[in-house]
Amino acid sequence: MTLPTMDRREAVKRLLDARDGALVVTGLGSPSYDVHAAGDRDDNYYLWGAMGGAALVGLGLAQAQPEKRVMVITGDGEQLMAFGSLATISVARPTNLDLIILDNQHFGETGMQSSHTGRGIGFDKVATACGFSEVAELRSLEEVEKLCERLRRPAEGPRLFVLKIAAENLPRSLPPRDAVAVKNRFRAHLGFATC
Amino acid sequence: MTAISQQVKHPETAVSAVPPAAPGTEWPDQVYDVLKAAGISQMSYVPDAGHTTLIRRFSADPEVVTNVLTTEEEGIAIAAGSWLGGKRSVVLMQSSGVGNCINMLSLPVQARFPLLILVTMRGEWAEFNPWQVPMGQATEASLKAIGLRVLRAETGPDLVETVAQAASMAFDADQQIAVLIGQRLLGKKKW
Repeated sequence: MTLPTMDRREAVKRLLDARDGALVVTGLGSPSYDVHAAGDRDDNYYLWGAMGGAALVGLGLAQAQPEKRVMVITGDGEQLMAFGSLATISVARPTNLDLIILDNQHFGETGMQSSHTGRGIGFDKVATACGFSEVAELRSLEEVEKLCERLRRPAEGPRLFVLKIAAENLPRSLPPRDAVAVKNRFRAHLGFATC
Repeated sequence: MTAISQQVKHPETAVSAVPPAAPGTEWPDQVYDVLKAAGISQMSYVPDAGHTTLIRRFSADPEVVTNVLTTEEEGIAIAAGSWLGGKRSVVLMQSSGVGNCINMLSLPVQARFPLLILVTMRGEWAEFNPWQVPMGQATEASLKAIGLRVLRAETGPDLVETVAQAASMAFDADQQIAVLIGQRLLGKKKW
């Protein structure tokens, strides 16, 4: 049986249209393209590499900026490389960190090989076991609309949401390649010296 | 949900007061003082006996956010996020953990994030565990290969001075620096 999935670009655009001041960190590959396609902004931090780093960059940022909400948007493959980070984040217990896993159940950048999430591993279940305060798996844009409302409400701890998306390679929307410049403009957005 | 600590300091806080340091073993407290003076407000670690005092002091410090890691490279990404948000971070690990960090170090190297790592060395001096030797011998070469600046100290006073200037180079000059703490120094005391 094939379960329904959603369009990744539309899902990400709806989340970002409702970001309400949230700082955004993206995981390498397609999630970075999805966020860039929705509009390049100073308060986006895109990763082009460092696989497994997105959720943890988000944790460091959330701890440094406790008054702001931080939204990490990454893929199932990227998050699989940081499996232990769910334990680290749960123990750290930030109340301003939301992880959005765009889950197409494949390693899309490298030839669409099937990933662990297509073979029975559910990040929603893992996050629940780790003690995340809110967890859900979503399969439709209507559910994403409701999630946008839910994200505006205060959290008691870290939250993780799995968005089941279609497995397809869309045209790339490449973020700026200059990692130093992206870092500096992000810091400038928060009022910090750039170097 | 099982009992996850609720925004409280880590259990190290509960450790009872330890007796004053014997002569020649003041350096862990002095390194803590130097890091505080450098404005460190976040510390992430995979425990090592040589970092015991730093972990205890930072965990008891209400001005510092601490993270216990499942693997060392997590701390590299956390430190980058902390700098994005305007804070200064330090990562504590053992030399074996350096091997876990290599690809994640491409983040601070490529984006020129300030980075300060303190590495306690194994596998180089009076080592009893042969499995520690390969990574211990490869630690400095691996860090240099990925693009970090590597400093090293063999005595307590030298370490305190080295950490102070390494913090300055990291946070004032956007460098990615690892300070290696020689096993000869650590070996002087039974941890």
